[in-house]
Amino acid sequence: MELVALKRMELTYVFLEMKHLSKVYGGKKAVDDFNLSVAKGEFICFIGTSGSGKTTTMRMINRMLNPSSGSIELEGEDVLKADPVKLRRKIGYVIQNIGLMPHMTIRDNITIVPKLLKWSEDKRNERAKEMIKMVELPEDYLDRYPSELSGGQQQRIGVVRALAADQDLILMDEPFGALDPITRESLQDFVKDLQERLGKTLIFVTHDMDEALKLATRIVVMSHGKMVQVATPDEILQHPANEFVENLIGKDRLIQAKPSITTVGQVMYNNAVSITPGRSLKEALKLMHEKRVDTLLVTDDMGILKGYVDIEQIDYNYNTATSVDDVMTRKVFYVNENSIIRDTVERILKRGYKNVPVVDQDKKLVGIVTRASLVDIVYDALWGEPDATAHTKKEPVTDIKEEQKVGDGKP
Amino acid sequence: MITFIQTYGGQLLYKIWQHIYISGIALALGVLIAVPLGVMLTRLKKASTVIIEIASVLQTIPALALLAMMIPIFGIGAIPAIVALFIYSLLPILRNTYLGLNGVDPSLKDAAKGMGMTSLQSIIKVELPMAVPVIMSGIRLSATYVIAWTALASYIGAGGLGDFIFNGLNLYRTDLILGGSIPVILLALLVDWLLGKLEVQLTPKTTSHAKL
Repeated sequence: MELVALKRMELTYVFLEMKHLSKVYGGKKAVDDFNLSVAKGEFICFIGTSGSGKTTTMRMINRMLNPSSGSIELEGEDVLKADPVKLRRKIGYVIQNIGLMPHMTIRDNITIVPKLLKWSEDKRNERAKEMIKMVELPEDYLDRYPSELSGGQQQRIGVVRALAADQDLILMDEPFGALDPITRESLQDFVKDLQERLGKTLIFVTHDMDEALKLATRIVVMSHGKMVQVATPDEILQHPANEFVENLIGKDRLIQAKPSITTVGQVMYNNAVSITPGRSLKEALKLMHEKRVDTLLVTDDMGILKGYVDIEQIDYNYNTATSVDDVMTRKVFYVNENSIIRDTVERILKRGYKNVPVVDQDKKLVGIVTRASLVDIVYDALWGEPDATAHTKKEPVTDIKEEQKVGDGKP
Repeated sequence: MITFIQTYGGQLLYKIWQHIYISGIALALGVLIAVPLGVMLTRLKKASTVIIEIASVLQTIPALALLAMMIPIFGIGAIPAIVALFIYSLLPILRNTYLGLNGVDPSLKDAAKGMGMTSLQSIIKVELPMAVPVIMSGIRLSATYVIAWTALASYIGAGGLGDFIFNGLNLYRTDLILGGSIPVILLALLVDWLLGKLEVQLTPKTTSHAKL
């Protein structure tokens, strides 16, 4: 029963499915057994070095190339049996060299596919206006020619041209490779917005890992025609499948990514020294001496963090108090073991704590982060590139709370 | 010169008309056949080298010999001349059409195909408009050749300005030679200029400002 239900769900879920896709050129396999299911609204990046088969794979989807074997289904229909011309009119297509027709106005360029689909002139004009609005260019640009636009503007038009006939699937072949970094970034934001806001499904070929990490919901890493890894950007950063993927990501990026994907639990020391509140100050002092620490964390019998006691407090109250409970500080700064290092490092450092206890979901003490372990993290983060500091400045953290004073603790 | 025009004026006009008529038909046929053939060749990569080779060989046959070769088939007069000149006009137009279409930015052809244009739509909407300057320069070259060689057609009784020139040569009359060859030169220049105008007209605009 459950299996049937699952199958059915899968049927509606899969938008584009490629199975055992291969392409052979003169005995050499350019694409070898490619398998991928794409859900509607996904942003898939194919990444790989040149000759990895990423563009070849993409071009088989709209039959610009015919596969040597395997199957492609788009919305449940066999692409390989479809009329290639009709198929291509349903699929948006953006290429690296922009490919705007130099002898057509922007209006005519945008409405090429609607015209092929024989839309009425009014409808075409209306669509051209919508599209020019979408790229935030003035309407009178519709009557200009491509040569009168900047490269970035041209590629924006190239992108909306691929949407003008309501295509749900858009193929992009290194569309921003030839643009300067600033223009590229704004276009990346633009296409990401298209995917998120309009729910378009994108297959995006790139050789730029930054671009893939920024845009993709899933990344397909390819090498010599084979799929090496299919995973979300976070998964790829955390667990690169092999050395090839690691190299593709680059050492710098892996290090830089570390603070943003490493959790506190991964770097803490597990051997936090703790004591229960019922113990005497003498016992506490002895423990400090044994473990050679100046602070003890106080937990109850269940291991729940209650506070801390340091050598100063013990020294000051040694003659007047008897148990740890009498002198401990109940207000303690702690972090959750699942919080991300990037979000916590700055907080910890700014507050000037020497040690910060780490707790799990139930506030049970699980470890401790010392300044030494933080130094390692910060060192790694800064080591890669000089601008890594900007990278660590992100929105403030919510995982860290300061425990409210319970009862009337001594100063 | 005035006396020359007074004496031969009517005849000159008639010969000019014959000249235009013969070269015009030959060239028009050449365009009608060579442009579509050139387009077809871009879709038949293998056949293209063979056919362009054949056209090149035809081009190497001396003009007079080709004209003479037409006599057993078509007899004498305007028709064999038109056929021979048509064969001559083919190569430059064919080659330029082929090269012009092949020279269109591959990414434009890729975009056209990728957006769902049929091969014919791609040719008509994208490739031919982009190739107009190259194709037109082939036509202009052919036109100049054909007008010049039409003068030879008088040898096989086709008429035209060649009659003046050959009469002048036979009679050793410089005025007749010049009276025939100067109009040929002027005609070639005029046609080239007119075709140049046509080329500008046919070349699609790529900016919204008028070109100077």
